[in-house]
Amino acid sequence: MRDSSKPAVRRKEAGPTIIIAVLLLYLFLPIVATFLFSIAKDWQSSILPTSYTLSWYGQIFSDPRFLFAVLRTLLVGVLTVTLGLAVMVPVIFVLAVYFPKWEKLLQISVLLPFAFPPVVAAIGLIKLYSGGPVPLTGTIWILIAVYFILIQPFIYQSVRSSLRTIHAKDLMEAAEVLGSGRMNAFLRIILPNIWSGTLVACLLSFSMVFGEFVMGRMLVGGEFETVQQYLYNAMKVSGPSASAVVVTYFLFIFLISGIVLKLGKRKPKGYLAHPKPGGEDQ
Amino acid sequence: MARTGPIQNKIMLLVCLPLLIWIAAFELLPIAGMLVMSFQDDSGQGFSLGQYIRTFTSDIYLQAIWNSLKVALISSVVGIIIALVCGYAITRLSEGFRDRMLMVSNMITNFVGVPLAFAYMIMLGNNGAFTLLFQKLGLESLSKFDLYTENGLLLLYIYYQIPLAILLVYPIFHGIREEWKEASALLGASAWRFWRHIGIPMMLPSILGTFSILIANALGAYATAYALTGSNFNLLSIRIAALVSGDIFPNFQLGSALAVILAIIMLLAMFLNEWMTRYSRRRGL
Repeated sequence: MRDSSKPAVRRKEAGPTIIIAVLLLYLFLPIVATFLFSIAKDWQSSILPTSYTLSWYGQIFSDPRFLFAVLRTLLVGVLTVTLGLAVMVPVIFVLAVYFPKWEKLLQISVLLPFAFPPVVAAIGLIKLYSGGPVPLTGTIWILIAVYFILIQPFIYQSVRSSLRTIHAKDLMEAAEVLGSGRMNAFLRIILPNIWSGTLVACLLSFSMVFGEFVMGRMLVGGEFETVQQYLYNAMKVSGPSASAVVVTYFLFIFLISGIVLKLGKRKPKGYLAHPKPGGEDQ
Repeated sequence: MARTGPIQNKIMLLVCLPLLIWIAAFELLPIAGMLVMSFQDDSGQGFSLGQYIRTFTSDIYLQAIWNSLKVALISSVVGIIIALVCGYAITRLSEGFRDRMLMVSNMITNFVGVPLAFAYMIMLGNNGAFTLLFQKLGLESLSKFDLYTENGLLLLYIYYQIPLAILLVYPIFHGIREEWKEASALLGASAWRFWRHIGIPMMLPSILGTFSILIANALGAYATAYALTGSNFNLLSIRIAALVSGDIFPNFQLGSALAVILAIIMLLAMFLNEWMTRYSRRRGL
């Protein structure tokens, strides 16, 4: 692909800079407003707060209910991501290297959550798993089960493109020619080389789990309060402490996005770009 | 190479088993269950089209479908227009800035649902900072803006569509080659005429594909609207959730019928996207 941004053709233009500045202002305005609200001591009838305080942060971080909500969400996240990786990485690897024809099926399965958004998918889940032989609703298990479905796309995309980057197929062939077993080659050659993609998948999945509200509300409700449920309840009781939660959540997302970007730029040692321009994947 | 026999190959497929079971239990079965329920009567018996007939003859549910489509369409159109302008502006930035802009867009796509609704309440709610500012400035019409109406909801939807639209639109600009611009400039076309006759038409299939993703994104959304006013908005997703987990007596059959209708619209949007992607690939973009 031709880079359309050669500095030689480029003059400093004011237009794009202004557009981007306005865009940034627009995108960050709600976040800045929430931040101001979270550090305001008194903000009733003035445009800007009259005095500032960090006590709202002190309050939420000493509120056991909030800390437990964070811990619960972390627990769901860790369990879901661990299970998700353990189940999906071998499948993605086997299909990509040995059964490329079957990959289409996996792609369709990965796309399903987009066609059936949580509010739609929840109906069947409630009916199937509240009561009956496997009563799961209202417990952490149903959340893990459905978040697994929701993080599939992140895991598939990140791991698949990592495998492509390291030319997994060639690596496996080389390993086998040299007499290595497949399992051995997978564990000692493929896995260590796709860790950055796997980590990206973890982080994206984590930000999904921390941002998820609908499934939590419809399938579990008050019995297992996650961060988003806590926020929803806090919003109705105390505006400032809810804004402290939002800012904390946003910092968390900011951190994750930063790491993902850093990892995305990393290439394995000795990496050679695809000879084909553009590659198969965007 | 003895170990690459066909049987060993097939054995490897066993690793797919846990995934298959998982998908069946938590993705396919629930969807199938929902389909079945949508064809049952209120007591969960028999086979009837009653729930669909009820949906399409009820003013409330027809209005919910219409409202959902309207909000999705308007927010997607506005979102994609802004994203096209901003996406183009981003291509004109230096590489470092471009990466940072994409990171920001990516990050803001997480700012939806409850946090977003809350942030807008702080800004434009009854006592919001901007509401007060507009009052002090004497901007009567602006200070009377009511966030808890359809216009307010549109404002929130547009906000969360823009970063996603930018992420999706930005790569499309890479399909436009610098040579084409040079060639058309040599032939005397202005920048405007280049985009009008070459640039935009070339990008159109991809734009339509992106558009369908945005539509689906807005149609399936629930948390943002719910966090803003509870179940007061008459949207399809709000109705569905209220029917199966709300305060009223649950009606899974009717909820399922509404959910199937929503899923069909979403699937149509996704097929449109798939079709458009293929179409533009064939044209070498």
